Amino acid sequence: MTEYRRAVRPADRRLVGGVTAGLADHLGAPIFAVRVAFVVATWWNGAGVIAYLLLWRFMPLRQAELSPGLESATRRGLRTRGRVSPREVVQGLAVGAIGVGVLVFLQITGHGIGGAVLAPLLLALVGVAVIWRQLDDASLGRWMRQTTGLAFAARIGAGLVLVAVAFVYVVTQDRGWGAIVDLLTALGAALVGLGLILGPWLLKLVGDLDDERRERVRSQERADVAAHLHDSVLQTLALLQKNPGDAAQVATLARQQERELRSWLYGTDSTVGDRFAAALRTVAVEVETSHHVPIEAVVVGDVPMDPDVAALVRAAREAMVNAAKHSGADRVDVYAETDGRSVEVFVRDRGAGFDPAGIAEDRVGVKGSIVGRVERHGGTARIRSAPGEGTEVALTMPVRQGEPVPEERRTTS
Amino acid sequence: MTSLRVAIVDDHAMFRTGVRAEIADAVEVVAEAEDVDSAVTVVEDLAPDVVLLDVHMPGGGGLEVLRRVYPRHPDTKFLALSVSDAAEDVIGVIRAGARGYVTKNISGPELVDAITRVAAGDAVFSPRLAGFVLDAFAGTIEVAQVDEDLDRLTEREREVMRLIARGYAYKEVAKELFISIKTVETHVSSVLRKLQLSSRHELTRWASDRRLI
Repeated sequence: MTEYRRAVRPADRRLVGGVTAGLADHLGAPIFAVRVAFVVATWWNGAGVIAYLLLWRFMPLRQAELSPGLESATRRGLRTRGRVSPREVVQGLAVGAIGVGVLVFLQITGHGIGGAVLAPLLLALVGVAVIWRQLDDASLGRWMRQTTGLAFAARIGAGLVLVAVAFVYVVTQDRGWGAIVDLLTALGAALVGLGLILGPWLLKLVGDLDDERRERVRSQERADVAAHLHDSVLQTLALLQKNPGDAAQVATLARQQERELRSWLYGTDSTVGDRFAAALRTVAVEVETSHHVPIEAVVVGDVPMDPDVAALVRAAREAMVNAAKHSGADRVDVYAETDGRSVEVFVRDRGAGFDPAGIAEDRVGVKGSIVGRVERHGGTARIRSAPGEGTEVALTMPVRQGEPVPEERRTTS
Repeated sequence: MTSLRVAIVDDHAMFRTGVRAEIADAVEVVAEAEDVDSAVTVVEDLAPDVVLLDVHMPGGGGLEVLRRVYPRHPDTKFLALSVSDAAEDVIGVIRAGARGYVTKNISGPELVDAITRVAAGDAVFSPRLAGFVLDAFAGTIEVAQVDEDLDRLTEREREVMRLIARGYAYKEVAKELFISIKTVETHVSSVLRKLQLSSRHELTRWASDRRLI
């Protein structure tokens, strides 16, 4: 099942309503072009403004989804939230000013909207924009749902005024030819008024269901957090207390726990998923855990797993094991990079090193598990080492053609 | 040679004490601060040479500190120090003006080395930061471009970044590429400048996907 990609308004990048930012993301177009398009469309009977307002209402607002750690840091004000850059503000103002200039020109030359309609229309538009910006989705819902306080009184007041206006309108009109139109207008005003008065209870009915579902999800999440803390942190602390004398074991446990917690809090270094980056990280964690040597893995880009890539990961694992077991180095650096056409992995240590020419033919580790394995799948392996200078194993594997280009690289430049 | 004047900005007192003990022999710790406001005051009043800046702290985090004081105090250098490792926040702080990024589990001597480097106007790139940078500038492998072009890394800069990501120290990078350490430092600083100034579509896109701007 393919899910339809919906355009949303990013909550943290709004100049006015976030419509152009959302559209630019959705269409993959530069935001500047989208803004210009809206301004130009406005020159034809204000089509741009109308489209903007409609999209504002119908594109949902989306708060950025963050990992638990970042979300909590954001809530506690420990980090600066995204904001619109000054450059963008200036650019937006400039585009707007040019648009207004042309509009004025159209008005002067008599091609624009009638003067009597224009002034109230502009006023109404600015009013709507200001109010919507203040009360964007969530808070508008809250305002409508409130049944006490100042907001409640204001809403009831507005509703009553509208109903009264409708009533007065009908009563004071003579039954002329426009009786039907008048009646409909009056009815419309009365309905809006009633809506404002009765709206809260109607919305509440719908909202209650929503709230209930959200509350259920939230309590499940809390249970997950508790379970996570129990499974990982508590267990590790217990283990640490049991092995206080074994320094290597303690360091490995602490490191492992730190990585788990960090990946859970900040969503980095994911080790799940059927992709190369996740597989390589998993392998690095395994080797680190079993051999008590920190392995720092940095991965740039990603490709889907296939038999060749899997062989590369296994060969990289072997290289990490060798480095951890034989080099005596206190850490191993792993770097992997892919541009979608080939994958490269470097495993490096600053340990004892050896003379590559002197490897005996029967040393299965290096010859078979690393070089042979990679070459059988069409890749190359290069080992650089000298006694006392550490070792670096460089593995390269071409990615099979026909594979989709990874998302990060699907850019247009 | 007078020792460097350093300020430690972090909201965890225990961590500040630990860092102070580790670096106190090599540099002069002139102040500590625990949130954005006190950090701003420290920078404005004392003008330290180097500020060790936590990424997450009350008042808007390291990014907010940089936004408020960096433009007015170009002589104070900032080194980001964090446990979070979230790419969006790290790159955000670098783009706001920090000259490097190290994780909190860095050893004392390494930290002193990083402070010295930053104070001298160089950039400090850990393997992880180099990885982030390569990710951000992805798809720009083409042949060497004009140096003024902020939007892409030159082939040489990419090579340097890749070696750093592979765990090479600056000295080892220099040896590997047959260039001087000074040249390596120049390349790294140039990458830092591009990272801070570039408005490259991919970079801004990458950044906005991760909500850095």
